Amino acid sequence: MAEFKLRLRRYDPETAEAPYWDEHTIELDPHRSVLEGILQAKGRFDGSIGIRCSCRAAICGSCGVRINGQPGLACHTHLDEALARGDGKVIEVEPMGNMPVIKDLIVDMDAVHWKKVQSVTPWLINKEPIPEREYLVDREAMVDVTQSMACIQCGACVSDCLAMEVDPEFTGPAALAKAYRFVGDPRDDEHYERLRYLAEDPDGMYTCTHCFKCVDACPKGVNPMGQIMRLRRLAGDYEIKDRNNGYRHEHAFVNNIRRNGLLHEADLLPDSYGGKFHPNAVPELLASLPVVIRGLLRRKITPAKALLHPHKASKELRALFDKIEGQDERYELNLYVVGDDKDNEPAAAATEGANG
Amino acid sequence: MKVAYWPGCVSRGFTPELHGAMAQVAPLLDIELIELDRANCCGAGVIAEHNQELADTLNARTFAMAQQTDGELMMNICSTCQGAQSECQERLDANAVYRERINSSIGDNGLHYEQGIVNKNFLWVLVEEIGLENLRGLVKRPLTNLKVGPFYGCYIIRPHDRIGIDDEHPRHTYLEQVIEALGGTVIDYAGSHKCCGFPIITMNKTASLKQAGRHMGDAVEADADCVVTPCPLCHLNLDLQQPIAAAIVARQLGMPVLHLPQLVGLALGLSPKELGMGRHIVKPNTVIDWSQSVVASTAAA
Repeated sequence: MAEFKLRLRRYDPETAEAPYWDEHTIELDPHRSVLEGILQAKGRFDGSIGIRCSCRAAICGSCGVRINGQPGLACHTHLDEALARGDGKVIEVEPMGNMPVIKDLIVDMDAVHWKKVQSVTPWLINKEPIPEREYLVDREAMVDVTQSMACIQCGACVSDCLAMEVDPEFTGPAALAKAYRFVGDPRDDEHYERLRYLAEDPDGMYTCTHCFKCVDACPKGVNPMGQIMRLRRLAGDYEIKDRNNGYRHEHAFVNNIRRNGLLHEADLLPDSYGGKFHPNAVPELLASLPVVIRGLLRRKITPAKALLHPHKASKELRALFDKIEGQDERYELNLYVVGDDKDNEPAAAATEGANG
Repeated sequence: MKVAYWPGCVSRGFTPELHGAMAQVAPLLDIELIELDRANCCGAGVIAEHNQELADTLNARTFAMAQQTDGELMMNICSTCQGAQSECQERLDANAVYRERINSSIGDNGLHYEQGIVNKNFLWVLVEEIGLENLRGLVKRPLTNLKVGPFYGCYIIRPHDRIGIDDEHPRHTYLEQVIEALGGTVIDYAGSHKCCGFPIITMNKTASLKQAGRHMGDAVEADADCVVTPCPLCHLNLDLQQPIAAAIVARQLGMPVLHLPQLVGLALGLSPKELGMGRHIVKPNTVIDWSQSVVASTAAA
């Protein structure tokens, strides 16, 4: 048994009182969970503490909170581990971010998380005709989508999403991972429609800023950002030239490196809008003019650098691009499916042992 | 120490002062830079988004070039390069069959990637190779009372397991440690470990610059004199775009943003001009206005 100091963020929007910190000292073994700590405080000291929980085994996804600044499941975080994340003296527990607080540690998942999940049509739309018996699908394709199926809808990734922090309309990591669960499923019939919807939405998949917050937040290894990158890659295959310039930016970037070897920023901007003379590009480039002028004045950007190409990709580099881009099928190593050599070795050894 | 040096694209493009500052600072730290001048863009996550094998091949090419030098390790000066290259390295190192496939592509040019390259950002080299004690000893002009807000850039701190953050390597705290070692005061503010917004500047400009504007506004409110970053792409959004970001968040900003080698260079006695500090959009007056600057007054004293 050890003593732990819990500092809980309390707030009841139905009263006039501002949010405040509430401290309780609880006694538990260090390997017990933060949730058990909160429940002890609730049972012993103050029955009015608001916390949502059910399974206590990291399956139901009800007890998502922020513990010493990091999102996670209260039932899946040991007290000693939680303590080590902070200053080593106190365990601070707050409600998740990006969602309104209903009371204390309980946030309104309906208002944000579920609404977004519903927006991506979270069910399978069968290919017709439905086979008489089962659908046959590649093992690899199914293992791939099981990664997003592992989501328990706890909202930890939504809580930490930095794009949603500035754009609450952003579809967000959980819903986009859910979208990939169907876009990656060979049995689904509406891959193109799904992708087009996500690509054309001004707050859709191209608003993800690559910050990796959701990857670190997820207690189930869903890798939401990785799924978003897959959605974008597939939208590229369908050549969905979205109004947000997601497709154009990606292609402009790749071509820029193929041409120059190094990134030539002065070309990337107009090309991302469809080229210097594209109707979409003109207003964007005019808006960027003050930035360019300031850059020129500070000798950050020189006219030669802006107009000429200081670097050129070598023939050899261009040949690499052409070889890999020219393959009939794109090759993608999915570590979630194939695993690391290191992880596979003991398994292989064990099998050999069993056979021997 | 000798390092195979990958400066990245933006440090030679729209933030040329970064590459210049690194060249000035390296000899003072006894780092010999073997520049990988035939290497290519890391893909910044965008090429990987388009075609993973292409990104892995491009970075394997860079790694192989680094392994041909006699550098002790490979060093970069860009958070985004660090993250994008670490991602590719994870796949290359995980699977021998895949590595062979990639090696057969780059092999035509006499290149071969051996599993397990050590690729470190300048920030990690400072703390893990040079050491903070050594660094402290080299300081000629301590940044006494200079209030510096760290800004890491996502790619160098997340995902934490790929980036190698553990008890022994608390890499998400290195900027604070370096600022302190240089004699400066660390400013704790909300945005230090958040996203600058740069990756979506062409897709959702408002959301992108709201991030930059909000973080710089938070640094202003926390009373920082300047912000320091190891990432030139962050620098584009935080400095080059700052006037537009300020308009979007409707806040007065004027927050100077220094590249990491510039901050180190100032403390090691280099002049702001040598470090290219005149090339910033937000003039670093709070840092180098010698009539008022705490840095200058310490130098005089």
